[in-house]
Amino acid sequence: MNPTSKPKVAFYWCASCGGCEEAVVDLAEDILNVVEAVEIVFWPVAMDFKKQDLEAMPDRAIAAALVNGAIRTSEQEEMVRLLRRKSQCLISYGACAQLGGIPALANQFEREEILRYVYQEAPSVINNSGTYPQPATPHNGDTVTLPAFRNSVRALDQVVEVDYYIPGCPPTPALTKAALDALLAGRLPPRGTVLAPDVALCEQCPRLESKPKDLSLDAFQRPHRTALDPEKCLLAQGIPCMGPATRSGCEALCIKGNMACTGCFGPTSRVLDHGAKILSCFASALAPKEPQGIDQALAGLPDPVGTFYRYSLARSLLRRKRGPSQTQHFIRGNPP
Amino acid sequence: MREGNWRPRIVAFFCNWCTYTAADLAGVSRLKYAPNARVIRLMCSGRLDPQLVLAAFARGADGVLIGGCHPGDCHYLEGNYKTLRRFRLLRRLLRDLGIEEERLRLEWVSAAEGEKIRQVVTDMVETLRALGPLDLPGQFRQWDQEVETLKAQVVEAERLTPQPA
Amino acid sequence: MRTPRPDQVRIGFYICHCGTNIAGALDVGEVVNHVAGLPGVALARDYKYLCSDPGQELIQHDIRDHGLNRIVVAACSPLMHERTFRRAVEEAGLNPFYCHMVNIREHDAWVHTDRQEATAKAKALATGAVRRVALHKPLETKKVPIHGEVLVVGGGIAGIHAALILADAGKRVYLVEREPTIGGHMARFDKTFPTLDCAACILTPKMSAVGAHPNITLWTYSEVTQVEGYVGNFNVTVTRKPRYVIEDACTGCLQCIEACIYHDARFPDEFNLGLGKRKPIHLPFPQATPPVVLIDPGTCIEFKTGKCKKTCVEACADRRAIDFQQREETRQIQVGTIIIATGFQTFDPRRIPYYGYGVFPTVYTALEVERLLNAAGPTGGEVILRNGKPPQRVGIVHCVGSRDENTNRYCSRVCCLYSLKLAHLIKEHTGAEVYNFYIDIRTPGKGMEEFYNRVAEEGMHLVRGKVADVYPDPADPANGRLMLQVEDTLMGRILKVPVDMLVLSVGLEPRADTQEVRRKFNLCCGPEGFFLERHPKLAPVSSYAEGVFLAGCCQGPKDIPDTVAQAGAAAAQALALIVRGYTEQEPNTAYVREEDCSGCKSCIPLCPYTAISLAADKQKAFINEALCKGCGVCVAACPSGSIGQNLFEDEQLLSEVEGVLTYA
Repeated sequence: MNPTSKPKVAFYWCASCGGCEEAVVDLAEDILNVVEAVEIVFWPVAMDFKKQDLEAMPDRAIAAALVNGAIRTSEQEEMVRLLRRKSQCLISYGACAQLGGIPALANQFEREEILRYVYQEAPSVINNSGTYPQPATPHNGDTVTLPAFRNSVRALDQVVEVDYYIPGCPPTPALTKAALDALLAGRLPPRGTVLAPDVALCEQCPRLESKPKDLSLDAFQRPHRTALDPEKCLLAQGIPCMGPATRSGCEALCIKGNMACTGCFGPTSRVLDHGAKILSCFASALAPKEPQGIDQALAGLPDPVGTFYRYSLARSLLRRKRGPSQTQHFIRGNPP
Repeated sequence: MREGNWRPRIVAFFCNWCTYTAADLAGVSRLKYAPNARVIRLMCSGRLDPQLVLAAFARGADGVLIGGCHPGDCHYLEGNYKTLRRFRLLRRLLRDLGIEEERLRLEWVSAAEGEKIRQVVTDMVETLRALGPLDLPGQFRQWDQEVETLKAQVVEAERLTPQPA
Repeated sequence: MRTPRPDQVRIGFYICHCGTNIAGALDVGEVVNHVAGLPGVALARDYKYLCSDPGQELIQHDIRDHGLNRIVVAACSPLMHERTFRRAVEEAGLNPFYCHMVNIREHDAWVHTDRQEATAKAKALATGAVRRVALHKPLETKKVPIHGEVLVVGGGIAGIHAALILADAGKRVYLVEREPTIGGHMARFDKTFPTLDCAACILTPKMSAVGAHPNITLWTYSEVTQVEGYVGNFNVTVTRKPRYVIEDACTGCLQCIEACIYHDARFPDEFNLGLGKRKPIHLPFPQATPPVVLIDPGTCIEFKTGKCKKTCVEACADRRAIDFQQREETRQIQVGTIIIATGFQTFDPRRIPYYGYGVFPTVYTALEVERLLNAAGPTGGEVILRNGKPPQRVGIVHCVGSRDENTNRYCSRVCCLYSLKLAHLIKEHTGAEVYNFYIDIRTPGKGMEEFYNRVAEEGMHLVRGKVADVYPDPADPANGRLMLQVEDTLMGRILKVPVDMLVLSVGLEPRADTQEVRRKFNLCCGPEGFFLERHPKLAPVSSYAEGVFLAGCCQGPKDIPDTVAQAGAAAAQALALIVRGYTEQEPNTAYVREEDCSGCKSCIPLCPYTAISLAADKQKAFINEALCKGCGVCVAACPSGSIGQNLFEDEQLLSEVEGVLTYA
């Protein structure tokens, strides 16, 4: 490794789908400018670095580490602690690192339930011997270890301190580039800032005009059972769209693809709990006034947790489900 | 949490015009009821942001009681209907996250119903006693023990590892 | 949620003993010690009566001497003394909204028995307040101008009296009465206790004064159908029922009644409670105000068949006052304040079947007897029974529908005295033996006990006991004589008293449509169903709706002197607001942080006062502060947390939640 004066940058992924890594590549030719401007010192998914390489660096030697994915295992904890120690600036990259993301929906289940399902009960599994992964297994006279699988999925900042957040599932190239440019130019906002506009998505939504002033919803529709008007506000069509409660900056990509916002950019800075806020907004917009009518209208939201906390359960006020879930519900995989 | 000393904690969000006044009336009438409810005054139950309910649970409430005007009687015409709608959905959300529905209660209490305050609070305390402590702050600490262990190890390891030049 | 910049917060905490009200129930010292250790608290004290002048001065001196900039007062309900302490704080140079109250009397000391628990609760509530007040912002009270016009609802003696006071003060008054005439219950009374002056003699001059007053717009046979707006600016819709007589054209000559195709009055007369008869075209009673006849379409031939000779129209001649085509009309008015004087209804004694009302023709309600006694009544003032004979033995049962577990628990206050009055008048008119059956004789008030003594000395029979049964006298079934069975609880024996007239002293009840009226005017009702005053002692004519005042029996049973006094008080309160010209409103309005708003419109339909609109040029929500009433529904629903509410900010409420949960 040639020591250079260019700022050192690290990338790392934890519990994620890999989409965030793709998003970095999605910078397209702009990535050349990035590579030009920085020295990548750690990026296991793309380049051959080892943990020892990181350990060998002086503390705070890395200018910025971009970490995507939620924290589920002891290995991830260890790595982000190490990155935190070696970096001046730790950036949470993407919805999973910021809020727990899709992996955090598993916070509706206990570890044992998940393991039992994955290694025993799932329809595609045959495991007659009842083999489960073990933290330590003797092998040829040696001991092979596996990282511990934690009971809860966590957002990055629930394990280490985070300096900035780039939101999204995944973050757009534009946001990524803007963040890197700001970082390189040293024009960064106060620590803890989410590097995206602090206004809800409706502001950028091409369908805002078509949203009526009074929704007066009698029912919520399931998107897969509805022929969607490609021009009209999705909420006006009864589709639970998280846009009013979700930070903008995504360029309304889902809406342009005729899909409702599912909330991957997370709430604005003024909101403590993404799900509670959109719940309040949706419920307030209902038309019925009687418990029965209200429940009927809400029947179109069969899975409030999955809808309102699609990305933010780990970072919600309640953080996870308390106690074991109903196994029945779990095995069917999808709520009715 | 010492089980023996545990007393249910209720955060009560009361509408200024009905339930809060009813609680005043209960006082003026010297009705006696369980001391577990801490009243937070709102101008209308419709001001109750569900975030505050979740925050109350997250900060240690065993139960949350919402008091609003009877249907048709809202001082602000229809705020209580908004409360009812949020409440119906919020209870489902809580249940799905393992918090018993009975921990969140909505009652319509008019300014004249001091006696109802006594009944509702006393009854809710009994319900919560039967359910036992929620103690989410304790749960959070317990949930975080799994990462605290490693954190301690890492800190210890870093202390022992000499800083590379 | 935004964390505000914590400026140098110096909180003064004060806990009031309220004599022994608070200090007797919890350990104020312990609360002081606890709060003194909380962050931001510069000073914590207890004091015997904080609401007293020295108590307020203590706080004011501390603000100056210790540089306090936030005040928490743990005492009674803020509904009681919040204004007191805000004013005290303001006088000491601090913004009044830097003061916050903790309710440890009504919500704590008075309702809990365990001293330790009550103390713990006080600590928790105080901690919530201390956390909250640290985040308070300086605010300004909003001044809202008040329209000078007043709406008086109900034209009984309360409404009449209030309307006259206001009109005499030069204010425009709209007096709306449901019945075709004003006068209310008092117009039906014969004499009034304890002075026995004639009700009509003292009431009718006031009625005609109302009718003639240039400042009073009198709308009888009319109802308030809609009320919008708020103190200072109420928009009221009044619906005027058709009387089929043009009010301005009718001179009250009554020739039409004379000329009616029905020669004889043959339909039950509402004013006389069905004891007398009237024609389809009629005037409720001679001194009715306005003196305008009306046609009852239910009995008028023209309305039923369309084939009447319309002799009434002929008689009316050039005045052309009769208009069979008249339709319901609505009027819109704008008023600044409202006085509710909707009165009461008498208890329906059919609900207590064993008294035999509606079964035995010789059983009357007290109000019916008033009409029998009245010289203008159906019998010309003679007390004669339905069989045409005067009674010789009369029983008066007190507390019918009052002080009774099965009907109304409360005392109707006026029945003892009007029963004594009726006893006196019946005896005077007929020379009958009169028996009063009472639970207790209650005669508080000026001249009342003297009146009781006077009547008692006239040789009334006063029997302490409730009549348990009423049945036809087996000895004299033909004449309709009744036998009353009653236990004389003073003598300890069962009496059987034969009477040929039984008078039921029915209690006073909230009117049947009270709930409807309550909703219309945004009032509250007490447990017995009467409108609830804001404070039983200190705000007895104020309602829970700002700018709406209560007068007379709609607030609770009372006699005429008290009703008139209360009506005067309500008029004075309305006048006080009008004369000041503005009202101060809690600055608890909501506001949109424009730079944060996405223009999603979620809040717009939620506002009950249409205070929120979308600023078209900016695509941002905008709250009209003048229209906002501070309910906070939009704040709770704003999905991006872009609406704040003064005095009820998210972070203030959150801190309070955290604070009240800090106790162990």
